Amino acid sequence: MNNQASERNIPAAPANAESQRYFDAAARGTLLIGRCNACGQVHFYPRSLCPFCFSDNTEWVPAAGSGTIYSYSTSHRGVPIPYTIAYVTLDEGVTMMTNLVDCDVDKLEIGQRVRVVFKQADGGQHIPMFTTA
Amino acid sequence: MSIKGKAYIVGAYEHPTRKAPDKSVAQLHAECARGALIDAGLGKDDIDGYFCAGDAPGLGPLSMLDYMGLKVRHLDSTDTGGSSYLVHVAHAAQAIALGKCNVALVTLAGRPRSEGSSGTQPRNYGAAAPDAAFEAPYGITTANGYAMVAKRHMHEFGTTSAQLAWIKVATSHHAQHNPNAMLREVVTVEDVLASPLIADPLHRLDCCVVSDGGGALIVARPEIAKDLQRPLVKILGTGEAPKGQHGGKVDLTTSGAAWSGAAAFAEAGVQARDIQYASIYDSFTITVLMQLEDLGFCKKGEGGKFVADGNLISGSGKLPFNTDGGGLCNNHPANRGGMTKIIEAVRQLRGEAHPKVQVRNCALALAQGTGGQLGSRHGSATLIMERA
Repeated sequence: MNNQASERNIPAAPANAESQRYFDAAARGTLLIGRCNACGQVHFYPRSLCPFCFSDNTEWVPAAGSGTIYSYSTSHRGVPIPYTIAYVTLDEGVTMMTNLVDCDVDKLEIGQRVRVVFKQADGGQHIPMFTTA
Repeated sequence: MSIKGKAYIVGAYEHPTRKAPDKSVAQLHAECARGALIDAGLGKDDIDGYFCAGDAPGLGPLSMLDYMGLKVRHLDSTDTGGSSYLVHVAHAAQAIALGKCNVALVTLAGRPRSEGSSGTQPRNYGAAAPDAAFEAPYGITTANGYAMVAKRHMHEFGTTSAQLAWIKVATSHHAQHNPNAMLREVVTVEDVLASPLIADPLHRLDCCVVSDGGGALIVARPEIAKDLQRPLVKILGTGEAPKGQHGGKVDLTTSGAAWSGAAAFAEAGVQARDIQYASIYDSFTITVLMQLEDLGFCKKGEGGKFVADGNLISGSGKLPFNTDGGGLCNNHPANRGGMTKIIEAVRQLRGEAHPKVQVRNCALALAQGTGGQLGSRHGSATLIMERA
């Protein structure tokens, strides 16, 4: 089954004063993750206070945009159009919720390499999703 | 300070309705409260503590206390989704132990069936949720979140859909004896596997029902419990644990039950192998498997083998569970299954379960809940009870 995100209306992300820059970067083709300058760890979703050491010395830094599938599921029933939700572990080490798009979902496997693509949501935001590398 | 033996469950009531388009949510809460009071042999004015969660309409306890005409001196509206009511019993026991109240009422009710709710709809906890912007666009629903847990468990441990199906099969064997259950037909592993895929790898029969209804509990201090004419159900140990994504260190194959269970067993001074009956939250088959492993009924990764071949069926299996038919067959009022888990455990300890599923000489029971979303962030709660 081919899964095209363009067939599904992607709901807008309810961005706020803290998270807007994530979507501003996405519009430029960049996926941001959180990094703490105090403890050195990266985190996702990015936020102002480090969830590991609670330092406020955090940065939102670009990720390479590549990773592996941690888990996924294709919704078949009760949805207007089948789509595939997933967790992808980025090469930087954080795992993020996403969709797998533009690929044959019957051939997906956990551990498979994927790379980020950006799809437009209702209202025009760019949403990071992943396709097989 | 431990709450072991400091409080008893003296009243329990499960609303018989499964579809209530002609009732209000507040009315269902109040009908459940009244039923639990009658069951306990107590009156409305005996209640001096009240516990409810996000399913209570309006301003939660304030709206419901006003509706029911209750005057209390202690209240708590902790909301951890479907596990809230296990947390409420624990908090009620703590409040009683501290002298903050003597008789606590816990209520749950809702009408998701009448309102057209479905587990394949997007979950929405509000745009202000800090995770909403990073998850809402991806269409996270109840079903596909739990499905990702199942998929990962299969990948790590070789768990199969047929093994998960045994969990549904067990509840269907129990539900055939429950006249109120929504699904009373006994099903086979093949039936589960032949039902349509909802969210790969979960089939329709891996998913719980959507039902209206509710339930209520009365928790009281020992002196009051011993004056009543009902079998004594003593609270031995409790635990509660939140689990989320840990800043991107996502681990879908361990649930909060690993921590809430350990706390409850330690407080109760018993072990998993001592438990004679277990109510395990069954929003989906995978939910049961995860919690059984994390509670220590079997090793992590061996849940598939543990649940297979009817091991959860009362009378033949080693661990009788969800003898009312559970959420998979009986009901799931307000999309929150924690309350009915406690109620069936109380029935078992009182010897009041259906004779076909009653565990003989049931003296030690466990109730376990997982609220929220196992695939993103959830609250686990464990309650261990003893027939005194």
